Amino acid sequence: MLSLIDLYKSHASSEGQVTVLDGVSLSLEARKTLALTGESGSGKSTLLHLCAGLDAPDAGRIEIAGRPIGRTDAERAALRRGTVGLVFQQFNLIPSMDVAANLAFQARLSGRHDLQWQAILTEALDLGSLLTRFPEQLSGGQQQRVAIGRALAARPKLILADEPTGNLDEASGDRVMALLLRLVAETGAALLMVTHSPRLAALLDRRVHLRGGRLE
Amino acid sequence: MIGLSALLSHWMRHKVQALLLVVGLALATALWTGVQAINAEARSSYDRAASALTQDRMPRLVAERITLADYVALRREGWPVSPVIEGTADIGGQSLRLIGIEPLTLPKGEAPTGDPADFLTGGGVILSATPLDDLRAREADLPPGIALTDIGVAAGILGPDISYLLLTEDRPAPEGYSLIHPATTDLSQLTESFHLNLAAFGYLAFGVGLFIVHSAIGLAFEQRRGMFQTLRALGLSARALTMLLLAELLVVALVAGALGVALGWLIAGVLLPDVAATLRGLYGADVGSGLTLRPVWWLSGLGIAVLGVLLSASQSLWQLWRLPPLAPAQPRAWARASARAMQGQALAGVMLLCGASGLLMVPGLWAGFGVLGGLLLGGALILPILLAGLTHLGQRLSRDALAQWFWADTRQQLPGLSLALMALLLALAANIGVGTMVGSFRGTFTAWIDQRLAADLYVEAADEGDLIRLLDWLDGRGTALPMIQTADDGIEVVGMVDHPLFRKAWPLLRAVPDPWVRLDAGDIFVNEQLAAQRGLSPGDRMDQGIVAGIYPDYGNPMPQIILSMARHRALYPLPLLRYALITEVPADEIRAAFPRIAVQNRAAIREASVEVFERTFAVTGALNVLTLGVASLAIFASLLTLSSLRLPQVAPVWAMGLTRGRLAGLEFVRTLALTVLIWVVALPMGLALAWVLLAVINVEAFGWRLPLQMFPSDWARLGVLSLVAAAVAAALPVRRLARIAPTDLLKVFSNER
Repeated sequence: MLSLIDLYKSHASSEGQVTVLDGVSLSLEARKTLALTGESGSGKSTLLHLCAGLDAPDAGRIEIAGRPIGRTDAERAALRRGTVGLVFQQFNLIPSMDVAANLAFQARLSGRHDLQWQAILTEALDLGSLLTRFPEQLSGGQQQRVAIGRALAARPKLILADEPTGNLDEASGDRVMALLLRLVAETGAALLMVTHSPRLAALLDRRVHLRGGRLE
Repeated sequence: MIGLSALLSHWMRHKVQALLLVVGLALATALWTGVQAINAEARSSYDRAASALTQDRMPRLVAERITLADYVALRREGWPVSPVIEGTADIGGQSLRLIGIEPLTLPKGEAPTGDPADFLTGGGVILSATPLDDLRAREADLPPGIALTDIGVAAGILGPDISYLLLTEDRPAPEGYSLIHPATTDLSQLTESFHLNLAAFGYLAFGVGLFIVHSAIGLAFEQRRGMFQTLRALGLSARALTMLLLAELLVVALVAGALGVALGWLIAGVLLPDVAATLRGLYGADVGSGLTLRPVWWLSGLGIAVLGVLLSASQSLWQLWRLPPLAPAQPRAWARASARAMQGQALAGVMLLCGASGLLMVPGLWAGFGVLGGLLLGGALILPILLAGLTHLGQRLSRDALAQWFWADTRQQLPGLSLALMALLLALAANIGVGTMVGSFRGTFTAWIDQRLAADLYVEAADEGDLIRLLDWLDGRGTALPMIQTADDGIEVVGMVDHPLFRKAWPLLRAVPDPWVRLDAGDIFVNEQLAAQRGLSPGDRMDQGIVAGIYPDYGNPMPQIILSMARHRALYPLPLLRYALITEVPADEIRAAFPRIAVQNRAAIREASVEVFERTFAVTGALNVLTLGVASLAIFASLLTLSSLRLPQVAPVWAMGLTRGRLAGLEFVRTLALTVLIWVVALPMGLALAWVLLAVINVEAFGWRLPLQMFPSDWARLGVLSLVAAAVAAALPVRRLARIAPTDLLKVFSNER
């Protein structure tokens, strides 16, 4: 489902060019879950952003479902709309839209909105009573549940999650994590999750560790 | 000191924001001080005129003809009279009102300053405000357009007959003479409404400028909220922090204020010639076109800048004062607070509009300005909630997810943009309102002047003998209709012959049946301003007679009545010095034959009148454009500052599959859509403004009620202009978004902002 081949990424800093990813290769099969761990600043989020086409590698190749992700902004945007679901640590819901509109937004954008599927997601995520509320009226756990529903609404083949429970207390985090894993399994998507928690990483099928820009 | 440097470091990092704050305040101050400077200059001219030409207000004796012998006879009989010869003359290439006086018989204090011997001896001195290309000319502290000389010099230029005799003691008129009291109108009173109008524009522009300042200060406070909390946590008291911020704002106010005063000086310098033309055209008030730099400007300019900053920052300072040191940082709390305030604002707006409607029942110019203020401020306060409603409707009517997001996101931005949008609304409404008023005025005025100028030529002499010779010379080659006018007790009194030409030229707004017959029978006509001033209707009685008709008299600040020529001659035995000629004899031929007679043809008078009219409103047009410019700058300031604050709202949409270019395009469309919405709201508001100007302010200020005319093409042009201004204002923020580095957007997801 996801293939990363010899990825390089560096960025400029006041001390010169800093290498973030140094020849990273990785593959993730469909219906599998993979935890990406590493210390702060090790490049976990950068790798996830490259996978989502939010940023471009300096060198190397990224393929999703056997197709290389595009080179242009428009191609990568199209990939994100239809194939990839994103879950962020900061939730990053759209503040101007209510829960129902947030849930449906990406699916409608990609033309894959399915009312029945959204109803199932709403029920599974226990969001039925919150549909008319706005993000600022929700707790962190509720916001993250909406973000998960949004990521799954278009039935993407690949879910990319960046510290999805990082902003939640342990009990809420565990509940959100259980929901995420259950729904990913139900949709048959692959999941790549960035986390610094060994406990959460152990819940996934496989785990890789990033250190000094290389995978261990 | 360390605290202050920490605060100032913000501005070093946000140079564009600092620039906008200074430019916004400088512009606001500039427009305000510019207008103040113009008003001050004009008022000082009035004072100069009042002190230099006191004889203008003295009672005078008039007769059909006054010769030197008549004057000498009166003096011998012990009459305290002083002769004056007055008329229009070309001196040194300039057309001036030449006044010839006899200094020795003028009462003490009325004679010109300086050595009387200078005035009387030699070739005679001609005093004037500006240098003249004439050997006799000397500069003096006189109003522009006036030349003062000894009566002997004036007789040489204008002819020997005496125009009138000033009566220097309170006595009844001797036999054969009439006593008249010329206009007692004080120029500064007469022009008060004009200056009030100009001052109102100055305050409007200042208010619009303050929108920028408020926006920039509010944003800077919001951006530094974290820093404030840190400083408080590190031991800085709320009082000390507030004082530091006040010191910072004071520095900004003084720098921007100084810039603003300098800019205001330039603006006043550019606008003053047009204002002078306006005042001359409307009131016959002569105002020099040179500016005097007054220390009081600098002080008042700096004062208003400081006041403006304190006013703009008061809300932010109050919030800071009450900020607990350990309160969690709330990004966009400022915007959310504004959103909560939206409903309160709308309520205040509705109350202001109701108050303005109530004020319509109250007479007086100040009530009229109250209506204007209530209308503008009320409309502006209602705008945000109105736009929120419209965007809500847009969202509900949209089927597409992106379109729904577009409207929802536009609504989300309203609190941050509302001040700039209010500024744009005020600028557009003022443009539409004033434009419609001027257009309506222009249409009515040109139709009226075409009608009023019915004769072919208009001739005027200082000596009646010249005109008698002219009529002989014409020898039946045309019709000559005498025109006579004097001023009595502050009212212009016109004598008119009943001739088809004048019947056509003096249309009546309201009249009794057969009004011209009534005029011949001893009734009177009054101009619209006098009728408005005294609440007169046809059939009402005045001292001079029964009102048979009311006529429009645009451009005349004075109340006026018309009597039949016979009655006028009986009441005021004046020489006939003006005639309207219906003739085919060319003006140049008459000028060549009678060089002392001033000859003007219809086209020249019309052209001059229309030019005065156009110049009258050139100032208004310039202020309109400046206000629109300031509003565009306010939009630019808001968009630019919001562009970085908005990244958390834009980044998720980008992450979900919209390109930066598309997002930037939507931002651009949003700005244009908001501009169109505001233009739509500004139309009825501007028309209401025009109605208030025409039906309330003009009637109160000038006594003219003008019909409201519609100018859709002008509104469309303004719409296009505002779209262009909005596009220019949005260009940089939109370009920034289109080219933003993905890493900057990614920071939103990594909590690194």
